[in-house]
Formats: sequence, structure tokens, C-alpha cells
Amino acid sequence: MTAYDIFFAPFADYGFMRRALVACLCLGLGSGPIGVFLMLRRMSLMGDAMSHAVLPGAAIGYLVAGSLSLTAMGIGGLVAGLSVALLSGVVSRMTVLQEDASFASFYLASLALGVLIVSLRGSNIDLLHVLFGTILAIDAPALTQIGAITSVTLLALAVIYRPLVAECFDPGFLRAVGGRGPIYHFLFLLLVVLNLVASFQALGTLMAVGLMMLPAAIAQLWSRNLPAMMIIAAASAAASGYLGLIASYHLELASGPTIIMTAALLYGLSIFFAPSGLARRFFPRPHLKG
Amino acid sequence: MSAPVIRLDNLTVSYDRHPAVHHLSGTFQPGSLTAIAGPNGAGKSTLLKAIMGELRPAEGRVEHLMQRTDFGYLPQAADINRRFPISVLDTVLLGSWRSAGAFGRIAKQDAACARAALATVGLEGFEKRHIGSLSAGQFQRVLFARLLLQDARIILLDEPFTAIDARTTRDLLDVVARWHGDGRTVIAVLHDFEQVRAYFPETLLLARQLIGWGPTQEVMSSANLLQARAMAERWDEDAEACEPAA
Repeated sequence: MTAYDIFFAPFADYGFMRRALVACLCLGLGSGPIGVFLMLRRMSLMGDAMSHAVLPGAAIGYLVAGSLSLTAMGIGGLVAGLSVALLSGVVSRMTVLQEDASFASFYLASLALGVLIVSLRGSNIDLLHVLFGTILAIDAPALTQIGAITSVTLLALAVIYRPLVAECFDPGFLRAVGGRGPIYHFLFLLLVVLNLVASFQALGTLMAVGLMMLPAAIAQLWSRNLPAMMIIAAASAAASGYLGLIASYHLELASGPTIIMTAALLYGLSIFFAPSGLARRFFPRPHLKG
Repeated sequence: MSAPVIRLDNLTVSYDRHPAVHHLSGTFQPGSLTAIAGPNGAGKSTLLKAIMGELRPAEGRVEHLMQRTDFGYLPQAADINRRFPISVLDTVLLGSWRSAGAFGRIAKQDAACARAALATVGLEGFEKRHIGSLSAGQFQRVLFARLLLQDARIILLDEPFTAIDARTTRDLLDVVARWHGDGRTVIAVLHDFEQVRAYFPETLLLARQLIGWGPTQEVMSSANLLQARAMAERWDEDAEACEPAA
């Protein structure tokens, strides 16, 4: 088997592999930087919760459209995800519950409701698709939608970069200069939900955050510079997508989980070999003179 | 006497209905350098938060004719993520918010001012350092540099020298003196009475209620300080509602 057969032939021969590849590259470009911000806001697990919260909306969209239509499921998921984010924000402000506690309650209820709705009408196959995604079944309209979401994400991040950084780093300062922090927090949550919806068909509700948080963790291990972290996150997410697809093709593995496992593998390598990683701990270099 | 920059009118701020600042009235004159002193739990930080509009008065009000961007505020334990990947220079440049805002260009001149501000607080050459690598004293210097860049007319400092080494404290007190010389209004919450006596011409002595407000020598009398301590420690779980004064 030549290098061409391994690395290019699957995409040259099959349209579904090409579409899956483009979808992965797009998802990586958008989700990587979003994941970096999620991590810096100490909301790593919030992304996971959010991806489950998207489920009932997507399920309703699925029932209404009668098939795995990304548009219907996307709109439903967007509404459900934002509702949970807003409701838990309101509850934590009005009661003694901290935001993470109210969020956990809402997303569990949301996940249960979503599975109920799917199992009410759909088959077990549908449930599997919703939970684990069908990246090889992505069609042209779905691809357009994913590409649009990625473009909007990158543009929006560029526009709100400064207030978003200020809001993550020193919210008190932003408040003191009248910087309207809550607006940027909300816009950011909107971007998170949008990207989860984009990942939804490809990776399913259980692993949609995989291309968000694993690349972000990898980036944090390699760099202490925010723009560099976002580039590393996007690049490692895209690389996971590409390598994962190739591996799943040749080894005949399920694509979604293989992509996430590839990202996990890169994460594992980073834990050892990154500048702040374990290798440095076992083989320390001598300290400097000054 | 010119018009005051901030007027407190019968200000009461409470937590769970217990007043932390109780019926406080008075004015801050433009260009004044005032220490807010008092024992623990006297409502000093609460007063600053009320002036910044972060706490809503239970009664009375805070009046001023300033824009939000005319205020520079350094909270006590600032809610700052010290592990955030941001450089010293970028942190100081946040102080250009008034001219650059959320989306505007940061002028070349602002970058030059930021470097100058860093030099003023004794951190020349630290521009590219990551803030996580700074000591507590150095980080406080960075926050003062940001305040310098903000070019605020009114500067509120909440316990700025707590857990800061002596040399940094001395350097930063020089910055405060410089602001005073520029004619800016500076209000600082302090618990070190020696510092108050040495550097601050005016003092507001607070023990939830006003004990004294005026020239430091008069306000910081031992009789006043004793009274302040006695009053701040009083906490009545079953206090009755405070009727408005007739």
C-alpha cells in the first residue's frame, strides 16, 4: 500500500469521505478556539452539559422534519440549548443555587426529555444516530450549514475578541468601565451552542464537545499565548478529524469515536511531550543562571 | 469652594437588611486625597462599591456628574484570573478602554503611554512577560500602571497595599501622590493608620456610621478611634427597623 493509498485515496474515491473531511476541518476551525475560551472561563464541563441540553430541541426538530434534517434539528437544538443556558442563569441569580448546580439539573432534565422524545417515535437506530452522530452521512446542505456556522463563529470571535478577553480575565474591570460584560457572555454562549449544533450530526450529542475540549486541553499544554493557543486548538482538531477519518476507513472502525479517540491520543502525547508535560518532570533540565 | 465631585446624601447600604453603611452624608471635593479608615466590618469597601454603583443603596443616594469612564476603580481582592494567558503590556493596555472601547483601534500613542506607565511603576522591560509569572507586588504594580493609563478623574482604591511588600507600597504611594499632584480625586480604603496619617490629608473615619470626616489630624483622634471600634463591633441580630429620621 502506497502513501497515496493510505492518505489520499479514500477521499479521492468516495464523495462521502470528502464531505466528512470538509465537515471535520470546518468543525475544528470553529470549535477549537471556542473550546479554548470555554476552558479559560473554567467552563470545560459546561460545554459537555450544554451538548446534552441541545438534545430535546434536536429531537423535536427530528420528529417535525421526519428525518435527520440538520436544519430542523439545528434550530430546535439552538432553541433548547439557549433556553437551558438562560434558565439556569436566571435560577442561579434568583435562588441560592450556584450556576453549575442549576445547570446540572437543567441539562439532566433536558437529556432525559430528549431521549424520551426520540424513543417515543423513532427507532433505536435513530437514537443511536442522535447520540453518536453519522459523520459519513453528511450531505451537501448539511455541509453548507456547518461551513456557515464556522464562518460566523470565526468572524464573531474576531469582532468581540477584546471584550471577551477582558470579560474572561477581569470581569470587575469591564464592569467598572461600563463594558457590558453580560452581553459578551451571552454572545459567547450563543457561539458555543451554534458550534455544538454543527457538531451534532457529525459526532452526536455525546461526543459533540470532543472536538472542542480535547484540542483546547492540547493547546493549553503547548502554549501560554492566547492567539497561539487558538491556532493550536484549531489545527489539532482538524488533524484529529483527518487522521481519525483515515484510521476509521482503513481499520473499519466507527468514524465519530475514532476521530475523538485520535484527539485523545494527541492529548495523551501532549501530556508527555508538551513543555509543561510529564517528560520534563521525569527528565528535568538544569535551572538557569538568572 | 468648588462644586463637589461626589455627594453622599443620607446613604444607607445594607446586607440582609443590616446596614453596612448607615445614614452617611457628605462630599468629596475635586482634587482631594481622602483615606477611608475604620475597623474591620466598618463598611469601607461597601462604601466604595456603592460609589461605583455595584451595590444599590437601601436608602439615600450617591450623586456625581461623572461618566463611568471618569472613574478608575481597583477592587480589593480583584476577581482576576491570574492564569489567563495575557501579557503584562496587554493587561496595561486594557486601561485605554476609554479611547479604544470594545472595538476601536488602540493608538500607537496608547502603546507608548502603556510603556511609560510600566516604567513609572518600576516594571520597565516586563512588557512581554506573562502575568502568571509575576509576584503579588509586581502584579499590583501592573494594575496601578493600568490605572495610570486609564487617566481617570476619580480614582478609588480598595485596600491597595494589603499583602504587598514595603518597597512596592512606598513606590505605589508615590504614584498616588502624583495623581494628587495632577489634581485628580483619590479615595483609598486603608487599614494602616500610620499610612493614613503620613500620606492622606483628608480622612473619612467610618464605623458603619460616620465618626468623622475632614483633616486627618482632627479625625484620627484617639477618642474617635475608640468610638469607631466600639461601634463597628456592634451587631444586633434582632435589631428593629430603622425609622426614617423626622
